[in-house]
Amino acid sequence: MRDSVLIIDLNDYTYEIQSRPDLFEKWIGGTGVAVQLLREHMDPKADPLGEENVIVFATGPFTPAYPLASKTVAMFKSPLTGNLGESHAGGRTATSIANAGYGAIVIKGASEKPVYLVIENEKVHFRDGRVLWGIEDSLIVGRIIAENESGRGIRTMMRIGGAGEKLVRYACVTTETYRHFGRLGLGAVFGSKRIKALIVRGRGKFLPSDPKRFREIYDEIYRTAIASDAMKKYHLLGTAENVIPLNELNSLPTRNLTSAKFEKAEEISGEALAEHNLGRRIACSHCPIACIHLAALRIPYENEPYFYKTIMVSYDYELIYALGSMLGVGSREGLLRLIHRVECYGLDAMSTGVCLAWATEALKRGILTRDHTIVELSFGDVDGYLKAIDYIYEQPNEFYRNLAMGVDHASDVYGGKDFALSFGGNEMPGYHTGHAAHIGFATGLRHSHLDSAGYSLDQKVTELTPQEAVDRLVAEECWRQVLSSLVVCFFARGVYKVDLISRAFEPLGVEVTEDDLVRTGEEIYREKLKLKLEMGFKPEDMRIPGRIFEIQSLRGKLDEDFIREAMNYYVRKVREMI
Amino acid sequence: MKRLEIKDIEKCVGCGLCMFACSRKFASHPEIGNSSSAILPVSLSGFERGATVIFCKACSEPPCAQVCPTGALKPKKGGGVVYIERLCIGCKYCVEACTLNAIFEREDGKIAVCIHCGYCVNYCPHGVLEYREVKT
Repeated sequence: MRDSVLIIDLNDYTYEIQSRPDLFEKWIGGTGVAVQLLREHMDPKADPLGEENVIVFATGPFTPAYPLASKTVAMFKSPLTGNLGESHAGGRTATSIANAGYGAIVIKGASEKPVYLVIENEKVHFRDGRVLWGIEDSLIVGRIIAENESGRGIRTMMRIGGAGEKLVRYACVTTETYRHFGRLGLGAVFGSKRIKALIVRGRGKFLPSDPKRFREIYDEIYRTAIASDAMKKYHLLGTAENVIPLNELNSLPTRNLTSAKFEKAEEISGEALAEHNLGRRIACSHCPIACIHLAALRIPYENEPYFYKTIMVSYDYELIYALGSMLGVGSREGLLRLIHRVECYGLDAMSTGVCLAWATEALKRGILTRDHTIVELSFGDVDGYLKAIDYIYEQPNEFYRNLAMGVDHASDVYGGKDFALSFGGNEMPGYHTGHAAHIGFATGLRHSHLDSAGYSLDQKVTELTPQEAVDRLVAEECWRQVLSSLVVCFFARGVYKVDLISRAFEPLGVEVTEDDLVRTGEEIYREKLKLKLEMGFKPEDMRIPGRIFEIQSLRGKLDEDFIREAMNYYVRKVREMI
Repeated sequence: MKRLEIKDIEKCVGCGLCMFACSRKFASHPEIGNSSSAILPVSLSGFERGATVIFCKACSEPPCAQVCPTGALKPKKGGGVVYIERLCIGCKYCVEACTLNAIFEREDGKIAVCIHCGYCVNYCPHGVLEYREVKT
């Protein structure tokens, strides 16, 4: 198994490579290994924007052996929540890191001057990043580096835009232009360490211990992925397919969740985008599905006839929710322009949308004034939002400096807490399906919809007690620790079932039973929970935004007692688990 | 004879499955990774502009064989080259000579070049590549 860990120290521009079979044998890879490396290298009380914060990138044992093992886990202390930060990205990150020979990369310290790093097999180059610093458009940064560095086709290029440099707490790290370590502010951590970009290029080989069986299992996974229905949804319309069903189920958060139904949902649906705008589909490395959908948006120049620019914009369900329905934006052109602006600065789309939705309602209610927002914000007004996104990056006044720290912080300062839609400091994802979704946001260790998929539980099971809901969500999250340690795409969870995973390990020379896997998932969950508690997580203090109880969902109006009971039970369960 | 050809480059999504398939092509010693891959999909400075897939086009007068000092690369009847690995000294003259950049360096210093076996076509999920009979 690949067990090399590359440790880079930006304080003195040194690096070393350690062999850590102990880590990878016990904790698989990805999330499992990242938790341990973060614990080894970082004080849990570290300042997220101080040099003592540490970034871990970890890949898993199936990369690049099998298809769909196409993701990398990033773990760090989040400047948005002040707690555990973990985000996952696709693109070419995983295969490049693996082909360069590494199971994980640890980045410590902070550079005095801006740098960009180039990592290859057994070597790290610290490149002068001063000229690139200040270029706010992450697309341009990517293009400049692409011209300067070798490794076309076998490299990953992670970088930040202006938002990361300006330490917007929900800045993301963009990779291969259209994939992101999106949530919880890795971009700001890059900015605080003065890393503008991180390139990894890899050319390497590994040998299976059972060649014949390896090719057979590969073919089985490949055939399942392309021939069955397991991934059909992602293959065709992509995640944007969810817009219409969720709207019909009364679950699409709209106008800062003053409604869960959006009258213009059809306009910004996956179907409409495919019909009118879909320009190209692309894939993460080693994934046959190609779920990345790029819209081609043709924009005319005012006052200059026959001059157009055509921009390509990557869209997904979460962006359509956050910058579409949540802001009352029902025009596709407007939505795509907003996504593009967020992409340029390198902001997390979900957090940006939720922050702006809160600001819009707060302005309407008189909690904020135009002195704060500078520009008029009203639901559906794209131009106002485009300007406000510029201001989140530029931070021209105290209000935008506060808004750049997240909706939880901004509502601490100005009020409007009841309709500040965040859980554990992380802005809410786009699912108002029922109790399980919100309990999932509150209890999920990343406060992300993908932690435990409560939205799916709401749709599948109607009768659940608060305790059952928590148990089911935690069980799902435990299992997902296995997937994110392997690290296979969550969209491939229908392909990578427990028996297949166990069999897929065999030709790689690793014996793991199905029971081992399930148990390891639970252990990784506990380790992550422990680290989160050491960082100051207090589940008993979890704030549940009052707004979610006011609006009809798929499961009707939500019951505050139900969620309170679930949270009390969860607090007890946490105590038992550690 | 049969050759690996591009059927429709516009459908390339950049998944790289052909590159990984190439590493697995020998049933007796498949590899995991890309060191021995002789096919490389790349974007045109960003996949939004499209892609190109780089591999040996099986020249009838291959410059790579012409510059090989040890006879490790030999012109093949009908086009392309035969690679005799044990004769290769890793000088990379062939890499320089190929106008398409279709000869790749392996991590061990030797080279990888497409042998037109067609194995990768089985793993091209979107019909970019095809393996078909051509006149020589």
